[in-house]
Amino acid sequence: MAGNAVVSVQHLNKVYQSGTRRVEAIGDLNFDVEAGDFTCIVGPSGAGKTTLLKCLSGLLAPTSGAILVNGHAVAGPPAEMAVVFQEYGRSLFPWKTVRENIELPLREKKIAKAERTRLVDEALAAVALAGAGDSYPWQLSGGMQQRVAIARAVAYQPKVMVLDEPFAAVDAQTRADLEDLMLRLWSELDLTVIFVTHDIDEAVYLGHRVLVLSSSPTRILDDVRVDIPAPRNQATTRIEPQFADLRTRIYRGIQEAKSAARVTKEPIKG
Amino acid sequence: MARHLNSAGGFLLLAILWEAAPRLGLADPRFFPPFSALVGELFKLAGTQEFWAYFGSTLRTWAIGLTVATLSGVIAGLVIGLVPGARKYTHSTIEFLRPIPSVALIPGVILIFGSRYQSGVVLITYAAFWQVLLQMLYGLSDVDAVARDTARSFRFSTTGFIVHVAWPTLLPFLFTGVRLAASIALVLAVTAEMVIGSFGIGRGIVVAQTSDAIPTMYALVIVTGLMGIAINVAARAIEKRVLRWHPSVRNAVAA
Amino acid sequence: MGRFAGMILRGAVIELALPLALFALLFVASAHSSNFYFPPLAKVLDRFDALWLGQRFVGDVLPSLGRLILGYLIACLAGIAIGLPIGMYRPLRRAAEPVLEFFRAIPPPALIPVLVMLAGFGDTMKIAVIVTGSVWPILLNTVEGVRSVDLVLDETCRTYQIKGLSRLWHFVLPSASPQIVVGMRIGLSIGIILMVISEMFAATNGLGAAIIVFQRSFEIPEMWSGVLMLGLFGFALSLAFRLFERRTLKWYYGMRDLERRS
Repeated sequence: MAGNAVVSVQHLNKVYQSGTRRVEAIGDLNFDVEAGDFTCIVGPSGAGKTTLLKCLSGLLAPTSGAILVNGHAVAGPPAEMAVVFQEYGRSLFPWKTVRENIELPLREKKIAKAERTRLVDEALAAVALAGAGDSYPWQLSGGMQQRVAIARAVAYQPKVMVLDEPFAAVDAQTRADLEDLMLRLWSELDLTVIFVTHDIDEAVYLGHRVLVLSSSPTRILDDVRVDIPAPRNQATTRIEPQFADLRTRIYRGIQEAKSAARVTKEPIKG
Repeated sequence: MARHLNSAGGFLLLAILWEAAPRLGLADPRFFPPFSALVGELFKLAGTQEFWAYFGSTLRTWAIGLTVATLSGVIAGLVIGLVPGARKYTHSTIEFLRPIPSVALIPGVILIFGSRYQSGVVLITYAAFWQVLLQMLYGLSDVDAVARDTARSFRFSTTGFIVHVAWPTLLPFLFTGVRLAASIALVLAVTAEMVIGSFGIGRGIVVAQTSDAIPTMYALVIVTGLMGIAINVAARAIEKRVLRWHPSVRNAVAA
Repeated sequence: MGRFAGMILRGAVIELALPLALFALLFVASAHSSNFYFPPLAKVLDRFDALWLGQRFVGDVLPSLGRLILGYLIACLAGIAIGLPIGMYRPLRRAAEPVLEFFRAIPPPALIPVLVMLAGFGDTMKIAVIVTGSVWPILLNTVEGVRSVDLVLDETCRTYQIKGLSRLWHFVLPSASPQIVVGMRIGLSIGIILMVISEMFAATNGLGAAIIVFQRSFEIPEMWSGVLMLGLFGFALSLAFRLFERRTLKWYYGMRDLERRS
């Protein structure tokens, strides 16, 4: 385990068993995430991305192997981790205002009222929703709701932020804005981010490292260092030649993964 | 297997407690005869003619009341739901009359019918009617919505519409209404017997209590519970058979 | 401005048309009634004015209301307090379900003699009757509401360390509240019915008692005035409940209205 690793996945294995059907979602995963890194995880659909995420965030227990966060083994959701889910609509409490939603995890942490207010205000400003504090989540658009979820994660001041295909359910324009928001937050707040996505372009645009997963039983197919120069922006970064190269490399990897899956008789289940 | 044990476990625990408490003096055996005594009394009753007379009377009142309530509810529902504008105009009247408890009719019904079974029938009809009516109205407004969406695309004839769209949409609501009405009908049948003194299980319970036949009293109460369960189970079973092909409609879990 | 006022006026006319027509019809039809059991509406109204807007209100309506509110509140607390654990823990629910099914199938009036045996004919008995009847819809709907909590929200709570009482207060209860309120509404109707039944059965004081006493002494216009009072009583309570519902479930209705419009 590298000295600076915040998250360490060691021989992660997850098997789903129902009756006589046995699906090995994750075969043998090993990787470390360094502090301050922006790691993207891509893979073909059914590659066990969701399973990996659930294991990482302590929502699902692995069959074997270990996940360490900050050196401690994960036995349940670790307190130093914040998760942003794909279904933003269902991850925000509809009976609470935006402000109350963001504040709730802070209350659990027993943070004093004045400090809480400050954190919430800062988080709202960081996601450009300073005026939406007293609205209810369902009064906001999809993109804004996801921003609230991100603000909540940010205000929580986690060591690691995990995002599960967070922009899959928003339109392309909103997605571009949210991607830039993530980059900005990451650099300003010095976060460690693990970002799961099915969108290769997004993975290369955002990530400084992209892990390519195989189909089940999932392993790491490729570990790509993305050293496109900062600062990144939607207009120019995507037409950099490096971008295209990396993109192609990852795309080919995924295609291989998919054809490998077709050869095996195991049903592709994630 | 474990699951069934689990379910039976609750009952078993209750039975054991009920048996032990009076025997150990934790509960006054005059007021809480042991469970075995109640079960024994239940079997004894089943052999008497008097019990079956009570039972038959309650059942008759219930059945007639439910039928009248259902028919009037369906007809009123159809009229209000289908006649254009009727829903608007009747809304306030329905909202005012609905919360009036059926028991308000008790004095009036005593005056007219005395303690004959018709008293119970009227009470049942008044209370159960609302359940059927409301469900009919919900169902018809659903039909409305479906009609608007599909009529244009499928161009149904009127008969075709009724058979293929209206009726199947309405049916689950009707069943829910009748099921709720059936429960309420039992409650009011017993009420009429207790308060008005009509012949039936309700009166049997009162008589047993006043003549200090406590095990009999409890046994009859248990019978009403069993009747309630039987009605509910039967209603749900029929509903399931008929609506096998229909996605279930989620409703309030009424008492 | 004129159009808005016109809209309100039209709405009011539609709402009031049928009730007023029925009232007028009843009034006229019964005006010359010589039927002992169905006196002219005018006479009933006269009695109503004389009786219920004065002494009787304090002497009968208020005690009835008091018993109802007390019984209903106990039923709400008990129903929610018992329904919560049953809804949240499956083994508990499986064990409790058959027992609960049985007890809730017993028509509440059937338990009145049992309660009379235990508690006599006073206020305690009447409150107990209300509780035993009203608690069921509240309890069952609480169980139902607690069972179906959103999975994503549950995962959110877990990742943000929201557990135990916090989870109950911030997540489970509000999530279940629309369903619980449905149960509370049914419980209120049942409570009113049982309030009246218990008072008719053990006629010491109260609205139900007054009505049945009038009936027994054949004071018919007075009896009908009592029935009218009961109707208003039920109607007023249902309005009060609706206000409560609208305030507590403000978020829920807002959300649904938005969905419906989109």
